[in-house]
Order: sequence, then C-alpha cells, then structure tokens
Amino acid sequence: MAEIERDKLLDIYTRTMKVNRTDEKFRELLMQGKVAVMYYCVRGQELVSAAAMAALEKDDYVVCTYRGQGEQTAKGIPIEKWWGECLGKATGTCKGKGGTMHITDPDTGIMVTTGVVGSGLPIANGLAMASQNNGDGRVTLVSFGDGAANIGGFHEAMNMAQLYKLPVIFLCQNNRYGEHTAYADHTDSPDISSRAAGYGMKGIKVDGNDVNQIYPAMEEAVVHARSGKGPVLVEAMCYRMMGHFFGSDFSYMPPEHLEEMQREDPLPKLRAVMLERQFTEEELDKIVADIDAEIDAAVQHALDAPLPDTDEIYKDVLEETA
Amino acid sequence: MAEITMTQALNLAIDEAMAEDDGVFCLGEDVAAKQGGGVFKITSGLTEKYGENRIRATPISETAIIGAAVGAALAGQRPIAEIMLMNFVGVCMDQIVNHAAKLRFMSGGQTPCPIVIRTTTGVGVGFGGQHSDMLEAWFAHVAGMHVVTPSNAADARGLMRSAIDANDPVVFIENILCYGLTSEDPGPGYRVPLGKAAVAKEGTDISLITYGRTVLDALEVAGELEKEGISVEVIDLRTIAPYDEATVLASVNKTGRALTLHEAVRPFGTGAEIAANIQEKCWDKLKGPVRRIGGTFSAVPFATHLEQAWIPQKSDIVNQIKVSVGKA
Repeated sequence: MAEIERDKLLDIYTRTMKVNRTDEKFRELLMQGKVAVMYYCVRGQELVSAAAMAALEKDDYVVCTYRGQGEQTAKGIPIEKWWGECLGKATGTCKGKGGTMHITDPDTGIMVTTGVVGSGLPIANGLAMASQNNGDGRVTLVSFGDGAANIGGFHEAMNMAQLYKLPVIFLCQNNRYGEHTAYADHTDSPDISSRAAGYGMKGIKVDGNDVNQIYPAMEEAVVHARSGKGPVLVEAMCYRMMGHFFGSDFSYMPPEHLEEMQREDPLPKLRAVMLERQFTEEELDKIVADIDAEIDAAVQHALDAPLPDTDEIYKDVLEETA
Repeated sequence: MAEITMTQALNLAIDEAMAEDDGVFCLGEDVAAKQGGGVFKITSGLTEKYGENRIRATPISETAIIGAAVGAALAGQRPIAEIMLMNFVGVCMDQIVNHAAKLRFMSGGQTPCPIVIRTTTGVGVGFGGQHSDMLEAWFAHVAGMHVVTPSNAADARGLMRSAIDANDPVVFIENILCYGLTSEDPGPGYRVPLGKAAVAKEGTDISLITYGRTVLDALEVAGELEKEGISVEVIDLRTIAPYDEATVLASVNKTGRALTLHEAVRPFGTGAEIAANIQEKCWDKLKGPVRRIGGTFSAVPFATHLEQAWIPQKSDIVNQIKVSVGKA
C-alpha cells in the first residue's frame, strides 16, 4: 500500500486534533459547569472522523448522528457557529433551535445530524440520488455506530443504495457499544462489514486507530462511490472511551477492556506516525496550540453571544412562518 | 371542455410539473412502466417520457422511500414519493415526522424539505383493517407539514400542482373511491392554493365541514334537506392542515351551527380540533353545540355489510343536522 502523502497526513493530523481539542474543551466546560447541555463524547473516535472527512471533497455531503462532532469539525464547519449552536445561542448554525444533536451547515456539506439511531442512512441515499439525477459528481458519506446496524432503516437503505448504485459511503464507526449495550450483547455476528455481501455491496473492515489503515480505506471507498460503481460499507473498528453521553454512568464498560483499548488509542499512535514521517514535535505542538487558541476564541464568542429571540419558536415551522 | 377523471388529473399535474422542472421526480413501489405505472396508474406513461431515474420503482421499503425523498429534497430536488396505501406510513413515520417535518425548524430555516407524499386509502372497497384507514389526524398533529386531500378531479389537479410547488412536506391523500370521479378539466397550469377551503354549497342554517370523499355525502344530504327547507352550507377544506380557519369561522358566524364530518374515526379526529376552535372563537354566535361525525372507533371490518355500517352514514348526517336546527 502506498504511503500517505505528507500534505495529506498533515491535513489528517490537523483535523484529528481539531476533533480532539473540541472534545476536550467541551468536557472541560461541562465539568466546570460553564455549560449544561447534552454532549456525546467522541474520545477514541477522532481519527476515524478525520480520515473520512479528509478523503472527501469540500462540497461532498455528510449525514451524521448526535455523536457527530468529529464529522462536523473535521469537515470544516465554522467553529464559532458550531459552538454557538451547542450553547443554544442566536449565533449558532441553526439559530439555537437545533442544538448539539441537530447541527446543520449546508455550506460545509453537513446536511443532517439526526438524533435517531439509523435514520441517517435512508436520507444519505436521497442526497446521493439527487447527485445521480443531476450528475453533480458529489458523494454522500453517512456516519453511524454499530448500534445503528440493527435498525430496519439500515437494511432498507443498504439494499436500495446498491440497487441504484448510489454514490454513498456507509461509514459504520464500530465503537463497541450501542448506547449502554456492548457489541456482543446486541449482535452475534463477528462484524458489520460482512453484511455488505448480502446486498451485493463492497464491504471493508478496517482498523480505525491506525491512520495508515483507515485513510487508504476511506480513500478507496470514496473513489469507488464517485466512479459510479455504487455504495461501500466501511466498518471502522474503534472504541468509545467514555460513556454514551457526558455524565452518564459507564460502569458497564469493563475497566480491563478500557485499559486494553487505551493501548490502541489513535492519538499517540498518530503522533508516532507523524514523528516517523519527519514532522517535528514543535510543528505538531504548534498545530495544537493554534487550534486551542481558535477554540478558546470561539467558545468565548459563543458564551458572549445573545440568546435567540423567544419568537423564534414560531419561525421556520413552514415557509409562511419563515 | 373535456372531462377528466381524478386519476387523469393527478397524472396530468405530475406530468406538467416534471416537464417544467427537472428536479421533480417520482419514487415508490411499482410506479414505473415495467410495473404498470403504479397500482392505481397515477404515474402511467411518465417513465416513457422522463426515464427510470425520474420515475424510480423502489423495493418495498417505505423508510428508504421517504428517507430518499427527504435527502433529495435537501439537495434541492422536488421528489414525489408514493406510499402505496396510507396504513403503510406506519413503517416510515420516523422519516416523515422526525425528519421531513422538522428539518426546516431544527436547522433554523436552512434545510426546507419540499416533498410530496402521495398516498391512497379509503373505506368501502373491502380492503379490511390494514389498507383502509384515513390517518390525516396523525399528520395534522405534527408541526411543519401540510395535509391535503381533494374531493373532485379539478381540485386534484390544482392541489397536486400546489403541493409540488410547496417548499415544505405535503401529505397528499387520495381516496380510492374518488379516482373515477370526473370534472371539467381546468387545464394546464391550474393551481388550487394550499390552505384554502372551498364553499362547495352555500347555505344559511348550518355549516357542514368536511373533506375528501365525504364531501360527496355532504352535498347529497344538503340537496335532500334543501327540499325540507333546511339550508346547509358545505365547506370542503381541501387542505386539512393547516386548515382555512377564516373560511370556516366566517361560515359558522353566518349560520350559527356547525357539524364536522370525516371518514376517519371520531375520537381525537380533526373534527374535534375544528369543533373546539369554533366553540372558542364563535361562542357568542353559536346557537347550539358543535357536533361531530366520524368513522366507528374500531378497525375497518372486511365483510361488506360490516364495512358499510362502519362508515359515517348519510342517515346520521341528516339526523345530526336536524337535531342541530331543532327539526328532529
């Protein structure tokens, strides 16, 4: 397998750290009591999101879930608006009416963030169908977890996508938990990716903690979908290192398993790859410092931003109420 | 001018919208030429004109159908999704209610969802408990969508064009028993605005508020009662939600009496909402309670005589009107 180009590697690193620093900052604000909102941590899954977004073009479509911070920030959503939305402010992407579970920013291709497990897959098909109808060359990537593989919409969407050869990438981030239920307690088959064969679809199972595995896999999937050959199901193995949402009980996650998975933590592994590829500690630290500064400014902007007007509850219901 | 059936009216409306806008396309089970142009032939002849990408025959996958319509709408297209029979919306309510209806609001207005969900239903053809229900109240209870049903062929043509034009989801209910109804063809480009009721017959003694197939019953009863000196005003809502409150209230303020009528079951039906609204807003003009007629509160039965007994009876409409006007 060809080595990832240096520029691309740097791009993936930057996106990964954006996701990670955003996640760290969010948890810090929650711990300090500065914000009190629902937040679904992405610790442990940063690289999967970053590699997937780095494999897309700017105008490709993305559909994600409530645990979508990784896709959103790695795709390049303007972070002032992102933080504004997460804090329920008028300056948010959705004027504070969507919130952490419904971030939408069509300008960066973040078309839907759904709060319903598995509901993004059928919608991704529709975005891809529009691209197929009008020949705009876009692909659509939909991200979801292993839990979503067991809802009916997954099956319906996979079959339809393959039938029409839609340009969709189904990215299953197998983080080993569907809400509070461990993978082995909700699914008896060893993997999700093997289901692709049942639809006649291309399936890929890949280590989501190793940039040299996950990025080429995502690139391959995107090339396949964009070339008109049809959809791809990518199962990226990763690990959700926190509970289902911030503050929720995660005593059900065996500590020895967590320790084992921490040895697979994608962040130190990525850092090692970067150093191996002759990036310096200083360069990498500078990237993180710049991201932190940008996040701090965005958070402050969001904290200082006005709340939405109360009459927003009547607006955007129908076009007539816009 | 030529007469057209409701089936032809719907087909013509879809055809001309597809001819005018490349972004309009149909998807649903059996809708393409290979499958015969839909079980009720509404999309007949359109595959030949517009190709299989724009008349997409789908697997039996209601969630995938509506999900695809939602996604395509977000990308700027105007899908017309067919859910063959209205009871099957139970399979895809998440896509309709949590997504199609809410995406405009939840995105702060960034992602409107202009889809038409065409669906067929109706009591009286022996389809039994899972192929006959009128479920409009389910959707009328959700903010962010229009619910429409035509009672005649001309309105079908005009309402379908307006539904396709609309920048929000529209649930478009077609009654199986109405497909063969004929009207004078209102011609190309004809539109009936959403949210606008029709006064199907003027009257002075009572307002009979209804929509869809039961408009026919209402007009028949109104004609008979006219001979007995009772003047019934029949309001055809055409758009069930959000409904034309101004026309309804003006009528009730004039007549002082109201009766709601729908094929859907009575408890928690749209008639209850309309009745409550009338009592709040026309209280000082009302000469008596607002009454409601709806289908029997059970599953639609199969045997013909049971099914006929289940449907709102014309005799009951007559009786309720006579009680209301004090001529019982």
